[in-house]
Amino acid sequence: MARLSSTSGLGRLGPALLLMAPAVVMVGLLFVYPLLVSLAFAFRNESTGAWDLANFQKAFSLYGNDIALTAGVTVLATALVGVLAIAIAGYLTLGENPRAVFVLRWLYRWPLFIPFVVAAQLMRTFLAKNGMLNNALMSLGVVDPLHAISLLDWRGVVITFVWKQLPFAALLISGAMASMDRSMIESARGLGAGRFRILLEIVVPQVMSTVFVALILSFVTMLSALSVPMMIVAGSPTLLTVDMAWRVNSYGDYGVANALGFVSFAMSGVAAWFYLRQGLREGGKPR
Amino acid sequence: MNQPVSLSSLPPLHPRAFRMPAAVGGIVRGLLIGLLAVAIFGPLLNMLIWTVTEAWYFPAKLPVRWGFAFWTKVFRPEAGAMQALWTSLVIAVLTVLLSLAIAIPAGYALSKRDLPLRSLFLLFFLLPQAFPTIAVHLNIARIFYGLGLTGTIAGVMLVHAIQGLVFAVWIASATFAAIGSEQVEAARNLGASPLRAFLTISLPLAAPGLMASAIFVFLISLDEFSGTFFVGVPNVRTLPLTMLNAALEGNYQIASITALLLLVPSVLFMLFVERFLKADVLSGVGK
Repeated sequence: MARLSSTSGLGRLGPALLLMAPAVVMVGLLFVYPLLVSLAFAFRNESTGAWDLANFQKAFSLYGNDIALTAGVTVLATALVGVLAIAIAGYLTLGENPRAVFVLRWLYRWPLFIPFVVAAQLMRTFLAKNGMLNNALMSLGVVDPLHAISLLDWRGVVITFVWKQLPFAALLISGAMASMDRSMIESARGLGAGRFRILLEIVVPQVMSTVFVALILSFVTMLSALSVPMMIVAGSPTLLTVDMAWRVNSYGDYGVANALGFVSFAMSGVAAWFYLRQGLREGGKPR
Repeated sequence: MNQPVSLSSLPPLHPRAFRMPAAVGGIVRGLLIGLLAVAIFGPLLNMLIWTVTEAWYFPAKLPVRWGFAFWTKVFRPEAGAMQALWTSLVIAVLTVLLSLAIAIPAGYALSKRDLPLRSLFLLFFLLPQAFPTIAVHLNIARIFYGLGLTGTIAGVMLVHAIQGLVFAVWIASATFAAIGSEQVEAARNLGASPLRAFLTISLPLAAPGLMASAIFVFLISLDEFSGTFFVGVPNVRTLPLTMLNAALEGNYQIASITALLLLVPSVLFMLFVERFLKADVLSGVGK
């Protein structure tokens, strides 16, 4: 019976801490510590040894366009992922044609396990001037060969991000929709509500927190991707990750790289803030 | 209430009256699913064509010369692709072993719902997914440089493990939570030590979920790019880095063949992962 008393309350934390210690130490040393170093050294002026905003001034004057482009590309891609993932998950939940639901379920997951680097390479060939997309559009007569354009710029990055992240978001969201209580859907259907209305007014509000989690994880993944802009975008303007790699590899300039890192942390911070606000609002709502 | 009950659950009384909209809906549905199929498989097909292309010039819609000439180039020892494949596999296996060794005890501790501060710990282990990793990676590289870990397999493995750990801990925690505690308690009542109960009961029951998390970590390691990019230089060249070099040199064939090599394990695992990862575990992730 001695076991019973030790399993209650804070007494449990001791052995659990022991079990978690290696993982905690590892995340602490290999993630939290470098993260704090990065945040701190964004303010370190390497030439004078002082702590000031010089790195930020330099970062904004050199890469202001890229900062705006990064924000635009990631927000646009995240929004597209959200809309398309809700559409796919919604059809999987509410679709009335079993064959179409089956095909869609089989189809949409493919890019999930395809590595980011591979996705970038796929799009590099597909979206190029001589790629299959242009070939198909030319064959259909939509585009004539003289006006074929390469989409290998920010548009290519958006397409690659959406292509790669959509299955992940759709998987999470359709999982949440599947575990929903269906009685409300059925009664709305009984009252004659259309599927589109049921999706927007009944289903989506109930899975909103999953939608936010999926979109924030996608947003952060996109902000972290180095391989995609490196392979898709030739030259400038490009995304911040490429600029950071360039600052470090070509100039050994950790100051500006860390300042740019600070900017990308701030962007993900804004996204997290939206999520927390949503969570608070939901928490305050009577259930 | 003069509205009919759920239309979908009853066969239409007048099939003729419903035929036209149903046919239009069917065409729209078919078109949308077809479009999605093209969007998903088009890039894959384009890459597959490039792997068996010997020459392909712009206005031509298909290669002008087909063949496997570039395969022999890739598989020549001096090309480095086979060496890179081997390096990638070694790092992935080591990463899986390290991540699971750390994540299994942590996940087991976190599977107890009454653990004090449980959500705080879960949040802590989520950190590496909640921030853009690139600035962290370049600071890890700087720290590792001082420790002599840059350019070593061990250094790259540590960076991969920190990315894999998030998923390993969360999946392990959800898996152990899904098992329930009755059988373990029965064994404990029969006099088994906690360790013995864990090794003979919890661990075998959790094996499928842990297998799934091993697969996830393996794929994450295989796909990992930016950590390897900063920490692996100049000695450790994994397959994604080899692919980047081929792509940036403008060699579509070698980049596509390398991409295909990277794709094989992903597709294989996608076919198997559903067997291991049960829906109840997936829905328990993060709870």
